[in-house]
Amino acid sequence: MHDVAVVGAGPAGLAAAVEAAEAGLGVTLIDTAAQPGGQYWRHYDQTHARPDDHVGHHGWSVFTRLRARLDALRATGRIHYLPGQQVWLITREPNGPFTLQVTAATAAATAGRSQDGSDRTLAAHALILCPGGYDRQLPVPGWDLPGVLTAGGAQALLKGHRTPAGRRAVVAGTGPFLLPVATGLARAGVTVVAVVEANATLGWFRSPAGAASAPGKSAEALRYAALMARHRIPYRTRTVIREVLGTNRAEAVRVARVDRDGRPTGPDEEIAVDLVALGWGFTPSLELPLMLGAQTTMDTDGSLVVAVDDRQRSSVDGLYVAGEATGVGGAALAVHEGRLGALALAAERGRPADPALMRRLRGAVRRGRRFASAMHRTYPLPRAWPDWLTDTTLVCRCEEVAYGDLRRAHHDLGAEDARTLKMLARPGMGWCQGRVCGLATAGIAAWLSGRETGVDDLRPLATRSLAVPVPLGELAALVEETTPPEAADEGGRNGD
Amino acid sequence: MTHQMTFRGTTVAAEPGQSVAAALIAAGVTDWRTTGKGGRPRGLFCGIGICFDCLITVDGIPDQRACLVAAADGMRLGADAEPGAALQDACGPGDDDA
Repeated sequence: MHDVAVVGAGPAGLAAAVEAAEAGLGVTLIDTAAQPGGQYWRHYDQTHARPDDHVGHHGWSVFTRLRARLDALRATGRIHYLPGQQVWLITREPNGPFTLQVTAATAAATAGRSQDGSDRTLAAHALILCPGGYDRQLPVPGWDLPGVLTAGGAQALLKGHRTPAGRRAVVAGTGPFLLPVATGLARAGVTVVAVVEANATLGWFRSPAGAASAPGKSAEALRYAALMARHRIPYRTRTVIREVLGTNRAEAVRVARVDRDGRPTGPDEEIAVDLVALGWGFTPSLELPLMLGAQTTMDTDGSLVVAVDDRQRSSVDGLYVAGEATGVGGAALAVHEGRLGALALAAERGRPADPALMRRLRGAVRRGRRFASAMHRTYPLPRAWPDWLTDTTLVCRCEEVAYGDLRRAHHDLGAEDARTLKMLARPGMGWCQGRVCGLATAGIAAWLSGRETGVDDLRPLATRSLAVPVPLGELAALVEETTPPEAADEGGRNGD
Repeated sequence: MTHQMTFRGTTVAAEPGQSVAAALIAAGVTDWRTTGKGGRPRGLFCGIGICFDCLITVDGIPDQRACLVAAADGMRLGADAEPGAALQDACGPGDDDA
């Protein structure tokens, strides 16, 4: 039994795990990746590192200091670290500890687990969930062609695998994240023909609330502006990709100027590319907190997030949440939240936690949240984005559900809300369980019914009975462990 | 030392530490499965294990995410079997808990 299980070893989880362990708690740290750092500090396999691997990595020294503390705490047994593993189910008896079911992220990672299977099920008195997030996507005609990647995917391939995903790229969507992706690709020798930004940008720069709450961010923006100029990357604002063209892979994009709502105001222009990197901000990973019934709210950017108090406590007793899952805000904020949550938990469990430090962290979290809100307001999703779709545009890539299928489910079958749309037309019912198309499906449900997207649209697409698809063997093993032999054949379905 | 893997009868090289997906893309391969309904080509999309677009059979084990599997010497990539069969039987798709 561990005092606390921390899920995720990105900025929030890493900070939470080391802070909790140093405060005297017994910690287990579970992470999908083979090495710590999360998406933000993703890096090449450390055993084959090269000195130039970290060029362009922000806050790299923050990471290496956290990693050194992790290594020291592992050596003394204070942190039990499980890389390459995914939590697929969390359950809890009333007022009892949390039980986590864990599965290997890849078949190769299975080999690294204990032979007796003791790492398959873990128990902990408290949880700090730091599941992070991933690129938010809006469908566009042709986005299912090979050569179209998420912006984060193109960057992950570079940072994690030293591999540029193409030779001639366009980076498109909205938000400041498009800039490091574009400059990273350019540094790797890719010709970046344009950054296509749907909004008119740098509004946050002028907003007193935004710039004042994070002065360092203004300097960062200037650095990227200089890098864009050095690599001669055109920055085209109030512009969107209207279609990705190609037969069996991306060959070109059609772009057009748009108004504030995303409606075209100019003629289409065709640009030849073999790599299209798309990003519309980020979607927090909420499956684990939702599985435990944590209360949610809608953030300034329209994402569903976990509601937490000023100690990172969710509505569920013993469940702390930190990082992007409480609102997309970047790595520095995530580190503050991870530390704060860990110290709050330590205090609650009777360990020493410096009140002055906790006050400082609470202040930093408040300022970080203010800045994040200013950014979200500057880079909204264009209101009329569903207008870009044609009846044959795929919305759900897994189940191959097109916009026309959703329109028919709405008009002919009367699907008014996201839940009914999902049941009738099956978007979000495939491999990724709605991670990629969830926001779009929720938005389309609202759009077709002529209302704004709300929590009730988002939640059905974010809830998953199992956090990741698992092989049948893992489910069977769970049934064997938890069911008396005579009852084992009466069922075994989990998460219903 | 560079790893050598096989994919559809060809040799694909990989640097130690690269993923299977990165090695395929570096070799100019941008798709390695077709969709069940439309028969459309798919390769890497999210690159971080979220989207399951990049599923591939590795050494006979189906439905591995090419973006997460580390390349290794002698690896056999791809298979005759319909991609997606193993997990389809388990629990990913058809998850009706809306």
